[in-house]
Amino acid sequence: MSRTFTPKVVTANALIEGDVIYLTDSDHWTRNLAEAEVLTDEAHAQIRLIEASARLAEVVGVYLADVTPTGQPTHFREEFRRKGPSNYPHGKQAEVL
Amino acid sequence: MYRYTDFDAEFVATRNAQFRAQVARRLDGSLTEDEFKPLRLMNGLYLQLHAYMLRVAIPYGTLNGAQMRALAMISERWDKGYGHFTTRQNIQFNWPSLADVPDMLDALAQVQMHAIQTSGNTIRNVTADHFAGAAADEIADPRPVAELIRQWSTDHPEFQFLPRKFKVAVTGAPNDRAVTKAHDIGLRMVERHGQPGFEVIVGGGLGRTPMIGKVIRDFLPQADLLPYLEAVVSVWNLLGRRDNKYKSRIKITVHEHGIDDIRARVEARFAELRPAFTGVDQQMLRAIETDFAPPPFRASSPAPFEAAYVDDPVFRAWADTNLAGHRAQDHAIVQISLKAHGATPGDATAEQMRVMADLAERYGHDELRISHEQNVVIPHVHKSDLPAIHAMLKAHGLGTANIGLISDIIACPGMDYCALATARSIPIAQEIATRFDDLKLEHDIGDLKIKISGCINACGHHHVGHIGILGLDRAGAESYQITLGGDHTETATVGTRAGPGFGADDIVPAIERLVQAYLDLRTDRSETFLQTYRRLGLAPFKTALYPDQVRADAA
Repeated sequence: MSRTFTPKVVTANALIEGDVIYLTDSDHWTRNLAEAEVLTDEAHAQIRLIEASARLAEVVGVYLADVTPTGQPTHFREEFRRKGPSNYPHGKQAEVL
Repeated sequence: MYRYTDFDAEFVATRNAQFRAQVARRLDGSLTEDEFKPLRLMNGLYLQLHAYMLRVAIPYGTLNGAQMRALAMISERWDKGYGHFTTRQNIQFNWPSLADVPDMLDALAQVQMHAIQTSGNTIRNVTADHFAGAAADEIADPRPVAELIRQWSTDHPEFQFLPRKFKVAVTGAPNDRAVTKAHDIGLRMVERHGQPGFEVIVGGGLGRTPMIGKVIRDFLPQADLLPYLEAVVSVWNLLGRRDNKYKSRIKITVHEHGIDDIRARVEARFAELRPAFTGVDQQMLRAIETDFAPPPFRASSPAPFEAAYVDDPVFRAWADTNLAGHRAQDHAIVQISLKAHGATPGDATAEQMRVMADLAERYGHDELRISHEQNVVIPHVHKSDLPAIHAMLKAHGLGTANIGLISDIIACPGMDYCALATARSIPIAQEIATRFDDLKLEHDIGDLKIKISGCINACGHHHVGHIGILGLDRAGAESYQITLGGDHTETATVGTRAGPGFGADDIVPAIERLVQAYLDLRTDRSETFLQTYRRLGLAPFKTALYPDQVRADAA
């Protein structure tokens, strides 16, 4: 049996603002994880990663992050990236969520 | 204080113009991130978890009111209205936009500040004793030498692509407040036969492989300093490991080759380099020294201080905890705590920065310092002015009386900001401070240094904390490992790991058990946590930390 593929989202930091962004299924970048395209097929995820990585003038540090099938972070690092720091109400928690 | 020469001002302006053009080329797509990254790092610009971060040097931790005011302005205009002071006497802005950074750097240049060499594989911002020029125990002010090293190392053509970063710290006092033994090079100013010189310590460092520095030269005459430093860095530049970044720092080079082998190589290189230094550097040092001449200390009655000390218990508690001995009669060194219980260690709002600038200008000969313990210092204050200073600090959330106590915690930004972090640091510091404030125990506990790092790189100096806390990722959860018995002073020691880590919910109760054990074990109030630990060793503290394991062993 092949191993199960953990769903992914394509994520990066925006070039100018430096904040966390995610790729949507319409090829836009969103600041809200809820709007990200959840990739459930490994081959498709790799293609989306390559496509996103080519957008050098928009983003920095593109990678695939694990999410649950409903698009929630599986690791605390991604949870902080989604929300912002815990010591001040700054970042995404103030701007997006 | 040092004032930029025309050369300095021109140099910084030219660098800023270059970086502005580099940012423009990145934004228009001419530069890729791989090409741009080393350029931005050379100018202190990181990309962190949620945003860019600009790290600005505060050379040897010294700044004046106008500079502090400029930092406040920058934080409001281009950031979120606060700044974070770091363990390397820098300030970090956590939320700048890439497009604004060139303007921020120009604003810094207006007040003779920059972000050059606060990152990258170069010689970093030179740090010094934050009580320099004021401390009662000082042999000489280390800052002229630190400034000379800054000038020598800035854009030094041989040292722009080192195997890794390189950090220098200088102290002019026997009581080491600059953590010199945990630096790539630590310099301790000493005198021999009436001649000024240095004890040179090499190969210290924290991080993944903590090492206490070793003495490579017990007395180096002052005039030999730059050629000798150049020899050390030059030997390491050739020998240092570029194949493995975890083995690239000079501490590993010294460890692998042995201090005697390194010393022989350095002396040979020094013999080659020494003739090239014809004394111009010493002429420059003399000029720099005049910039650091002590301010005119006032001779007047300290009576207002004594009256407030008797009448006001809040003032008295603050004075007992936050003042340090000054070399001039009836003067004191004021330490301003950026560790209000529950606040983020090292953070100051723009308003607080302006208050500190005002106080320095009005009462402190226009001088401020940033300590590696993430506090601010007004180094030269006449005691009669202390009640007014305290009242102003108190009114702006800066009057916390906890310097050197359990809530005066060093904490790195951790995973709340840092892209390298494996766990958060700030909330742990906030919870410990809040908990011990609730218990009203911290003045009874006395001198106790807790230092927290959110990853193995040890920016929070956890190895040299009396209690060190290291945040790790264990199977997808934050886990905190405790080390005990570390010491950051002239008797520097790397702490010992106490045992398995604790989850985020268990770490504060664990610290509480540890401190309770100390209170039970100490001979009396005069025996500090570190002294008790040194007398008894790890065992009783381990029992306090892991009571279940002790019960299991007994069963």
